[in-house]
Amino acid sequence: MELFNEILQTILSGVSIGCIYGLVALGFVLIFKATEIINFAQGEMMVLGAFIALTLINVLGFPYWIALLLTTVLLGLFGMLLERTVLRSLIGEPVFAIVMLTIGLGYFVRSSVSMVPGWGTDTHGFRTPFTDRVVRYGELVLSWEQLAIILMTGALILILFAFFRFTRIGVAMRAASQNQLAAAYMGISVNRVFSLTWTISAALGGFAGVLLSPITFVHMNMGFIGLKAFPAAVLGGFGSIPGAIVGGLIIGITESLAGVYLPVGWKDIAAYIILILVLIIRPQGLFGIQEKKKV
Amino acid sequence: MRFIMKRDYYQDIRLFKYRSTFFWYLALVIGCFLAPTVLDDYFISQLTFICMYSVATVGLMLLTGYTGQVSMGHAAFFGIGAFTSAILSSKGVPFVLALPAAGLLAGVVGIFIGLPALRLSGLYLAIATMGFGFIVEEILVRWESLTHGNMGMMVDPPSIGPLLFESETSYYYLTLVILTLTILAARNILRSPTGRAMIAIRDSEVAAQAMGISMAKYKTTAFAISAFFTGVAGSLYAHKLTFINPESFTIFVSIEFLAMIIVGGLGSIHGAVFGAAFIIFLPQLIIMTKDYMPKYLADQTGLDPVLYGLMIILFILFEPLGIYGRWRKTRFYFEMFPLYKKDTFRREKKYFKAERH
Repeated sequence: MELFNEILQTILSGVSIGCIYGLVALGFVLIFKATEIINFAQGEMMVLGAFIALTLINVLGFPYWIALLLTTVLLGLFGMLLERTVLRSLIGEPVFAIVMLTIGLGYFVRSSVSMVPGWGTDTHGFRTPFTDRVVRYGELVLSWEQLAIILMTGALILILFAFFRFTRIGVAMRAASQNQLAAAYMGISVNRVFSLTWTISAALGGFAGVLLSPITFVHMNMGFIGLKAFPAAVLGGFGSIPGAIVGGLIIGITESLAGVYLPVGWKDIAAYIILILVLIIRPQGLFGIQEKKKV
Repeated sequence: MRFIMKRDYYQDIRLFKYRSTFFWYLALVIGCFLAPTVLDDYFISQLTFICMYSVATVGLMLLTGYTGQVSMGHAAFFGIGAFTSAILSSKGVPFVLALPAAGLLAGVVGIFIGLPALRLSGLYLAIATMGFGFIVEEILVRWESLTHGNMGMMVDPPSIGPLLFESETSYYYLTLVILTLTILAARNILRSPTGRAMIAIRDSEVAAQAMGISMAKYKTTAFAISAFFTGVAGSLYAHKLTFINPESFTIFVSIEFLAMIIVGGLGSIHGAVFGAAFIIFLPQLIIMTKDYMPKYLADQTGLDPVLYGLMIILFILFEPLGIYGRWRKTRFYFEMFPLYKKDTFRREKKYFKAERH
């Protein structure tokens, strides 16, 4: 019973960190589905989101919920701006060039954050409605922060699901990601779809950043957690939205189990070992579809 | 513009296209050998770093620029080379053996990475190699009995027989010779059937396969060769710095290698060297311009990475062919004067026709 509780406890904390991986992975997947680009700067969106929320809450005195909403909207606008100014002209260039471009963007955003007065290279934190509160259920203890991550991720997924399922623009986005040419013939503005994809994905990054900040604190390097989201996205199959979340959960749980039951060091590479195994055994991931290349 | 009449096939794959090219390269090599007579130790040390990194970027260029396989884990090969050389040297193995051993071990690991790479392409390969890089880094940290973990290892300056490469100048000559050999080897690989197969794979895997090129053979060969050169560069790096620890071989080093070949110009050996030179001199350029910046900006520690990221972005947006591309354009402009057409260098954009289910 003791052992069982311990395992359950570990799994629960894995689920909450897995939700964050899932959210970041979702950002990759959305952009990849629409434009076949991987955005290596997704983690930096989190950093930017966390710092904006920090300013809104600590300096301007906004309540947490409004700050969360505002940050998400601001990051969305930032994503739209990026797409317009930098990425749109690159459609059709080799994939590798675009990947390097997003890596360059990542460097740029991360270091620019460190230059903003009041942000800098220090570690910050802000108060949330969940700080210092825990939920007990029998032997299990779960902090409100972790619970909030799980619940809000769940809510967000439902919203996204409804968006892609029931709204006109959501359906248009799915259509464009399946076949751009056909979508364009049906009167869908593919450019607008791309723009919206970057908006949503950047907003997701910002949202994840705010959610994560009570756990890892706000720091210019917190975006490196985004690198762990790659295994999550690959495990789920890169083009699959539910896959990203399931992949994130699996990676999160494996990691926290490895942290408790395996020697030091395994925790950090467990995700990448899974990544390489998946790529060798089943490159299309859990939910992906094997694509045949046309010549 | 000169036109030469080609009379046989071998004329087409000669190392030097024109006689004058040979002359200019010879002049360059002689110039490099005479450099220490005019430059001070600091510059020579920078040139050593350029030579060292160029060996690695030439390796990466063969893989990424010529075979089309993106690797985001080359720091791992660099690290394997460095630590192999360091460990062997500490056991008393002479440098002449430790250097090729470092390359060979990296090459063997490269073959093992090349195998799963057969099933992957493009972005998946980039992510897989990135994962491999993280795993190797962690192994270097944790295998303390061999690598001393984060404590790092001291490495002695190398010696070949009675020659001790301790001063800046002597080490510069060592790296210069190795770089020259590397470039010659790379050029020769590229004009051999292996090199042509690699280029065919880059241009179209399906077409290459249809021509009877074995994917398995040439992709793993490309990985092995590339890893070998990077491992050799790692060994040189270890002996130059005389102290290494796993922190010198993180993903940022892999990204730096990629940035070098992008900035230099993908798909050319010149580009590999130009890129390495540019990235090594970039911090110097930043320091030189710091006097003209507002004080607040100049004091920031984040200034280097910001400009670094900005430079990658600007190069990809405005000069995707890199420094070597710019050089070729400039030369072409003067050769064709006044008939230069901008569109000569326009690249075909490949609009993807995603048809998924």
